[in-house]
Formats: sequence, structure tokens, C-alpha cells
Amino acid sequence: MDLPLYWIAAIGFLLINFFLVSASVLVYAERKVSAYIQNRPGPNRVGPFGFLQPFADVVKLVFKEDIRPSAASGFVHSLAPWLMVVIAMTATALIPMARGIVIAPLEVGVLALLALTSISVYGITLAGWSSNSKYSLLGGLRSSAQMISYELSMGLAVVSVVLMAGTLNLVEIVEDQAFVWNVFRNPIGAIIFLVTAFAETNRAPFDLPEAEQELVGGYHTEYSGMKFGMFFLAEYVNFFIASFVIVTLFFGGYLLPFEYLYADALYEAGLGWLMTILQLLGLVVKAGFFAFLFIWVRWTLPRFKYNQLMTIGWKYLLPIALVNVMVIAVIMAIF
Amino acid sequence: MSSIVTSIEKRSEKFSFWPRHNEAIYKRLESKHAWLEEKHHPDDARERAEDPLENEMTLNIGPQHPATHGVLRCAVKLDGEIIEKCVLDLGYLHRGIEKLAESKTYQEFMPYTDRMDYLAPYSNNVAWCLAVEKIAAIEVPERAQWIRTMMCELARISAHLLWLGVGLMDAGALSVFLWTFQYREDLYKIFDEVAGARFTVSHSRIGGLASDVSDTSLAMIRDFTDNFPEAVDGWEKLLNRNRIWIDRNNGVGVLSAEEVVQMGMTGPNLRGSGVAYDIRRFEPYLKYNDVDFNIPIRSEGDCLARYFVRVDEMKESVKIVRQCLENLPEGPIREDNAKHAYASKDEVYYSMEGMIHDFMYTDTGVCPPKGVETYHATEAPKGELGFYLISDGTGKPWRVRINSPSFTNLQALEPMMEGGAIGDMVILIGTVDPVMGEADK
Repeated sequence: MDLPLYWIAAIGFLLINFFLVSASVLVYAERKVSAYIQNRPGPNRVGPFGFLQPFADVVKLVFKEDIRPSAASGFVHSLAPWLMVVIAMTATALIPMARGIVIAPLEVGVLALLALTSISVYGITLAGWSSNSKYSLLGGLRSSAQMISYELSMGLAVVSVVLMAGTLNLVEIVEDQAFVWNVFRNPIGAIIFLVTAFAETNRAPFDLPEAEQELVGGYHTEYSGMKFGMFFLAEYVNFFIASFVIVTLFFGGYLLPFEYLYADALYEAGLGWLMTILQLLGLVVKAGFFAFLFIWVRWTLPRFKYNQLMTIGWKYLLPIALVNVMVIAVIMAIF
Repeated sequence: MSSIVTSIEKRSEKFSFWPRHNEAIYKRLESKHAWLEEKHHPDDARERAEDPLENEMTLNIGPQHPATHGVLRCAVKLDGEIIEKCVLDLGYLHRGIEKLAESKTYQEFMPYTDRMDYLAPYSNNVAWCLAVEKIAAIEVPERAQWIRTMMCELARISAHLLWLGVGLMDAGALSVFLWTFQYREDLYKIFDEVAGARFTVSHSRIGGLASDVSDTSLAMIRDFTDNFPEAVDGWEKLLNRNRIWIDRNNGVGVLSAEEVVQMGMTGPNLRGSGVAYDIRRFEPYLKYNDVDFNIPIRSEGDCLARYFVRVDEMKESVKIVRQCLENLPEGPIREDNAKHAYASKDEVYYSMEGMIHDFMYTDTGVCPPKGVETYHATEAPKGELGFYLISDGTGKPWRVRINSPSFTNLQALEPMMEGGAIGDMVILIGTVDPVMGEADK
């Protein structure tokens, strides 16, 4: 499974571009889906069916003036959006895209993934602090509190998966689901992970750090131009990656449905490349569904209040996740 | 430049009132804007002793904040997410329309009322015309009264739809805003067909209406009453079982019946706390005596109760509109008395007297008897909208005083906000449902 370095570099280049383009596709999808939910046409002027709208948006953002508040802490203010994008993009390296195609097949892939999601809170917190605006500060505070609360439940949901697979390697976790997806073996863990993924990516109904009606724009109130664009990009890349992680951990990753029935035959027939392409497509379709779910929920549900958020995190999700881990551990020990 | 300055100085010496007046205004404004910060000055030793870790923060919300429904400004003192103290600052949309009314004839002032509660302009027009008709003892034909009743209820639906959509948008559910605006668009089309203007309708005239309703507009209104209840049911299905929405409203901003009465709140905010006071029933005007409708009341007094009251009110309004459509009589739409109401255009264009009447009515207008004063209140969508008029016998009011519901209802915001979270703030501003055009006048 050891690929030469130039292949890894090429795949990495393709992957990062894929995620950058997918962010703009997701922006388009979000606007079209929201338009569909709200009985309106949505973007339909730039390009066929308005498909070039996100690119026009990017051009607009690039040419906008970059305004920095005079009281802001200059270096950190510029660092925060970079941090968000870089961390979001780094996480792509860990996700197995197809059998044998993963940039960093780490033995501790799960831990690395959790670590990266934890670091991404720094981007928001630093943005909130460095802007020197009260609204941004509140957004940053909310974000840190939210991340800490939900990371525990998320970690426990992942622990239940790790217990079943007996490994921290993401590729092996995927291969472990060859016969039954984890969502059927561990449904409670899947639901908890899904909910916490919403909270970790700051998507509605957990979008308290940027609640525009309460905090104007939250942590990105004082950002403009491409710096704001980078937060925007990071948000979309983040929730697309969250979709990939959900699929990888609970919905069979790149595995095709009932792959064990025909995979060997295809490999023997020398159609390994077809398998790779099919797996890649399958993964993107599955992740696309969850990306749609993220969008769907955002345009349907109201936002939580801060104390409701904390109640759900600490009083419901955490105990349920703990019990789930215990039950799975006991079952694994017995059988 | 220097010559201008010296000329201003010279003038100010001559008219010493204005500089002193301006100075006083600026002083007051400064003190109003600064007193929260003053109280919380980090150098203040006493303050430091009370809050040694400096957890508290003064946050200025508005007047350009997206959730403050216009230009409401709340200066709040926060402890973390909890609002400890809240001070409202009104007046950013003050145009002095009460004073403007004194230099306008009664009819000329009517379009200004459109700009007060700009979410339900028709109710304001009617409220003004009713007050003037009361002071000048003008009879309004039956048909005009029925049409007014109908259009006022449509205006109520329009205002409540905006409250629902914007209230949910503040809570983060953006889609409902556009769903309600679809039906507001239908209402705007109806107003356009009836009055010739979508937003600032100015359709009511003293002594009647500007124009009769056409068959097209009646068909449009009928279509609306057929489609709208279904839409409300759909929204209720989405919202009444939505845990997030219910939890965000339940038990937030509780006001007891005594409190709301003491603060002089009116409208749905009053009825949400269990006080069964509705001017349409208490002191019926127009045709509210002849139509059958319920007054929704809830006793809980929280934001959820006010939500239910307003949604039920929309349904009741549809019922009233249906009855108006059924009972709409034939007949004139303005009083046939050129001293009381505009002469019809046929008269104006084809007879000498008609033209003179029109000229005199535009120039002088209605002249109520000297020294008469009157107060007439109507149940506008936000609450009791009353006009207090004093006549000096000319065609222009000697004094106009507007009792606007948004202004009185805003009094409840400060006590409701204190102790709530920032997340409650948007819900509370939404539930009071202020329109700053009306509160600031």
C-alpha cells in the first residue's frame, strides 16, 4: 500500500483542489436548496442555472477592501482565517478516499482527526479575541464553550467505534465495516456523532458563535474581503469534511454496498481501477447526502439558546454517550 | 469660512435661545448615552469591589443592529451571557409628526399616518379618519365602513405575518420569513388593487374612502381568505411541535396581568397575559359589532402565549374578512356632503359647484367646532392606537396627540430583558413587536 511520494503529492494536490471546488459547489447547493425550501428560484443569473454564482462571489470577495479595525491585534487578526482554512484542509489528508488512496494512512488516524477538530476552535477564538469587538468576543467565547462541551460526546461516540474496530487506523475502521455498517451495529453512537458534528462545525441549529441576529456576525463581524471569504470557505470545507468523517466512521466509508460479494471477482478481472473510481464516487455520493442534510437542517430549524445548548451537551448527549460506550464495551467483552 | 462662523456667532447673540437649546439637547443626549458606561468605569473603586474580575461588559445593541427591528437602541450590561441591566434609547426615528399635524389640514395629515406603523398603514389611516369623523360629527356610509373593517383586518394579518416571519428569523429559522412574505406579497397586491399603492396605501378619506373596491380586488381577497388558513395550519404544524422554538419561548419574558395593566400595554401583549381587553369588542367601532369573532386570550404571559395569541388573531381576522365579504352592502363610499367629505370626481369634473367644493375642501377642509376635543381609539395590530384632537374651529387641528401602541408596549422590554440571556433578547424584542416609526412618531 506504499505509494511513491510523487503520487501522494499528486493526490494531495488533486484532493485540495477537489475540496476547494466542492466548497463553491456547496455554496451553490446551499443557495439552491434554501431557495427550494423557501419557494423562490435562487441564483439563476450567472452562468447556466446560476452555476457560476459562487465563482462570482469569490471574485467579489477578492476585490473587496480588506478592513482591519484600528484597535485589532494585527497579526492574530490576519492569522485566524488562515488557521481555519489550513486546519480544515489538513483534515482531508486523513480521510481514506478509496481502497489504497489516502494521503496519510496514520496508525492513529482517529486521534489525529479529533486533534484537528479541536485545534480548529483556535481559529474562531482568536478571531473573536483579536478583532477587539464585543460582539466578536462573545462569538469567540460561545464557540470555545460549545466546542469543549460537544467534543467530549463526540470523542465518546468515536471511542465506541474504535472499540468495535479494535484499531485507531481509519482505513482499518472502514474495512471493518465490510459486512455491516457501523450505523447498524452502533446506532446511538451514530446519532450522537451526527449531532455533535453539527455543533463542531458551527452549523445551524448550533450556529451560536456567528448568530447574526444576536451577535451581528459573531466572530467574523470585523472581517471583510477575502479574510471573511476564508472563514466562509473554512465553514463549507469543514462541514463537507464532517460529512466524509460521518460516512467513514459509520456508513462504510468508501466501501460499496455488498462489496464483499463482487470485489474479489472484479480485482481478479483486472478491473481494480474501476473499483477505485466506483468507491470514490460512492464516497462522494454518501458524503453529498450528509452535506445535503446539513443544509436541510440549517434552513428548517431555529437556533438553540445558549443554555439549551449546554443542557443538551452535558445533560443528555454526554450521559447517553457514556452509557453507549459502556454497553458496547461489555458486549465486546462477552462476545 | 471665517465670515460664516462670525455670522453664526452674531446670529446666536441675537437669538440666544437656539444655542442654549442645542446645548441642552446635546448635554442630555450625552448623559443618556454615557451613564451606563459611567456607572461601570473600571477606575471606580466601588465598582471594582463589586466586580473584581471585570466579568461585566456594557454592550450597545442597536440602533443599527440586525435584530432591533428598525432603530431601537438597547444599552445592556452583561455578565457573561446574562443581561443584568437594560436601558432603552428611543428617538432615532423621531420626525415630530404630532407637530407637523398642526400645520396640515385634517385630510392632508392622513398620508403621514401611513408612515407611523408602516406594517399596517390601513389601520392607521382608518384610525385617524375615525378620530376626525368623531370630532366633526361626520357620518360614514355603510359600504365604506364594511370595506374599512375588511381592510383593517387584512392589515392586521399583514402586520402579524411580519411579526411571525421576523420573529422566527431572529430565532434562526430563516425560511419561515420567506413563507410569510409570500402571503404578505399577496396582501400587498390586494392593497395595490384596492388603493393603488402597495405599501403606503392612504386609501381612507375623511367621510369615507378614496375609491370603491373593484370586483377583481374582491376576488383577490376571497382567494386570499381561501388559501391563507391552510398556510397558517402548515406553519403551526412546523412550529407548535418544534422543541427548539417552544423552549426558546416558553417561560421567557413572563408578565403578570397586573404588570401589563400597570405598564399600559395593549394589544396581543396584553391579551397574552390574560387580560381580555380588545377595543373591537370593548368599544366597537366600524362594523365590529355586526361580525362574529373571538378574542384569543392566553393567561401564561410569556412569549409563547403571545405567539399563540397572535397566530389565533390571524385566524380570527380571516373570519372577519369573510363576513365582511358576505355582508358588503351596495351604496356610496363617501358621505354626500361637500362640507364633510370630498365631492365625487364626476361632480368635480362636470359641475361648477363640484369644483368649488373640491377646491374648498382641499384648501380648508373639515372644520370641527371650536374648542371641541376628542379621543378615539382603535385596535391596531400592535394594540390601542388612539388620536387625541383639539380643534380651534379652523381646518387644521390645534393639537394632535398620538397614543401609539408600540411606544407603550416598549416599556415592558426593559424589565423583561433584565435577567434574560442575549439569546432571549431577540425573542423579547420580537414578542413586543415594536415598530419604531410608530414608537418615535
